[in-house]
Amino acid sequence: MPSDGGQPLIRLHGVTKVYGEGPTAFQALKGVDLAIDTGDFVAVMGPSGSGKSTTMNILGCLDVPSSGEFLFKGVHVEQLDRDQRALLRRRYLGFVFQGFNLLARTSALENVELPLLYRGDAKAQRRETAMAALDKVGLAEWWDHTPGELSGGQQQRVAIARAIVTSPEVLLADEPTGNLDSERSVEIMQLLTDLNRTSGITVLMVTHEPDMAAFARAIVHFKDGLVERIEHGHAAGTAIA
Amino acid sequence: MLGTTFLLAIRSIARHKLRSFLTTLGIIIGVAAVVTMVTLGNATTKAVQKQISALGTNMLQVRPGQGFGRGGGGPAPANFDEDDVQAIRDQIAGVSAVAPQAGTSGTAIYNGANATTTVNGTTLGYFQVQPWALTAGRYWTATEESAGKGVCIIGNTVRKNLYGGGDAVGTRLRINGISCDVIGMLSTRGQAGFGGDQDDVVIMPIKQVQRRFTGNRDIRLMLVGVDQDYSTSAVQASLTSLLRERRHIGNGKEDDFNIFDTAQISATLTGTTTLLTQIVAAVAAISLVVGGIGIMNIMLVSVTERTREIGIRLAIGAVASEVLMQFLVEAVVLSCLGGLIGLVLAQLLILLLAPLMQVDWLFVPEINIVAFAISAAIGVVFGFFPARRAASLNPIDALRHE
Repeated sequence: MPSDGGQPLIRLHGVTKVYGEGPTAFQALKGVDLAIDTGDFVAVMGPSGSGKSTTMNILGCLDVPSSGEFLFKGVHVEQLDRDQRALLRRRYLGFVFQGFNLLARTSALENVELPLLYRGDAKAQRRETAMAALDKVGLAEWWDHTPGELSGGQQQRVAIARAIVTSPEVLLADEPTGNLDSERSVEIMQLLTDLNRTSGITVLMVTHEPDMAAFARAIVHFKDGLVERIEHGHAAGTAIA
Repeated sequence: MLGTTFLLAIRSIARHKLRSFLTTLGIIIGVAAVVTMVTLGNATTKAVQKQISALGTNMLQVRPGQGFGRGGGGPAPANFDEDDVQAIRDQIAGVSAVAPQAGTSGTAIYNGANATTTVNGTTLGYFQVQPWALTAGRYWTATEESAGKGVCIIGNTVRKNLYGGGDAVGTRLRINGISCDVIGMLSTRGQAGFGGDQDDVVIMPIKQVQRRFTGNRDIRLMLVGVDQDYSTSAVQASLTSLLRERRHIGNGKEDDFNIFDTAQISATLTGTTTLLTQIVAAVAAISLVVGGIGIMNIMLVSVTERTREIGIRLAIGAVASEVLMQFLVEAVVLSCLGGLIGLVLAQLLILLLAPLMQVDWLFVPEINIVAFAISAAIGVVFGFFPARRAASLNPIDALRHE
């Protein structure tokens, strides 16, 4: 997908991942090559067990490949230790999960503030940045509500606000619409598309719904631990425009 | 970073108020128990010391008979007399004063009011051996003493019973039909170390008591004051040999009198109460440890219950040490909070129990500081294992945890 000859933001080269050892070992990835540019909107599809989640975990710096290279901004992530990868996540990545994964009994604002706490922002600045992020997802008025008081769509918006509050370069979304009805799903996808366009955030999204994948600019299909094919120039451009 | 983790810990505790309270309950009870026990123990020791020092320190009590009670058969051992007192005064070095005592009980009457009280005959030496201040009036003079005048000094209980607490100096009191002029009133001394009201007493020159009340020249108790520069045990030894000689006790025979060293009794009793305090404190300390294990249990449950939360924090970019610190700080804050509540509870308990145990309220800074420090240390020790467990979780597994 690199549009020009420059260094891509993310590059996987011959990445394998083996779980377990000996006869029970399971090879989840069998040599994945993938390059993603800054500002891309990539959907990852494939049946379960195809390796898409494993790839996402590696791309999210939550897991490391068994072999092969993973370059993020030219850095060999496979050589980093646990804490270095945590700092990389803190600085450059934002996560959105299928199950929202907000802290219970904690206001929307405090949830969004969480990454800023780890970044060490001062209280006033934390507040301001978090409110701005909530405003971006259209929930500024709901800042003092706890997840239990919010609908599924609203919770996912809060989760997106939390993911973008640190102005990350990459937003990783794992089945972000999996728990939502189709109307809310479209709203969330529009929000992600909007963020991708206006803020230039690179979006990587796992989904099994072709309708949702259609929002992406490229769709990577996984099968049996390998990239099967890549659909280019998909609906994304036209769906919103 | 510590400020952040502290904030996270406080938020987490505030979010789970009931669980936090139950977690700290063990620490609260443990700290309260230790502080209350040790403080009340110290207060008891102090009370015992105070009561004994009221008897007079650097003082030997000499009584006829062997130890407490008389023991064995045979004739009752003879009382002492004036010659014994004189001999002790003249022949033993280091004796500051000797106060012979003779007494009886009697009914005191004044102006229609009457009360049973103790008549104690002694010499001016008595007030020297155990200083006892007057609130009004005067002690008797040497002339009055040698003449055995009918003058008396009354204790505060007698004053209350007969005079309603009013001024008694200058009045005339009748005891067992014998009248005496009240020349002084004693300050309050309180309960005696071994029961009995020390203030329920009328003190007169011993000659008056022997002549008019007991009708003999017997002395049933001698208080022997010992000079600061002499050891009581040395004086006790010379006193023993002098009395054995005077009472013609042959070699190998037991004393027919006994000598008590109040300083020794004081040391023994203080040692006993201190030991008891230590034992009770040790038992209470066990409850502190149990409280610590309680914290560890709940923190472990909490780590399991909050696995997903930990996963979120790790995904967001928390490093392992931050997660470790969060749970550790949470445990320490919890146990310190428990410690503080325990200290407050202890003060309330002491306030409540001290009057029941008839000891004075006491605040011992050391035990409060030590108990609090232990509660903080418990947080660190018992919080570390669960915290390390939380920090070592794999973010992917933690996020998937149901």
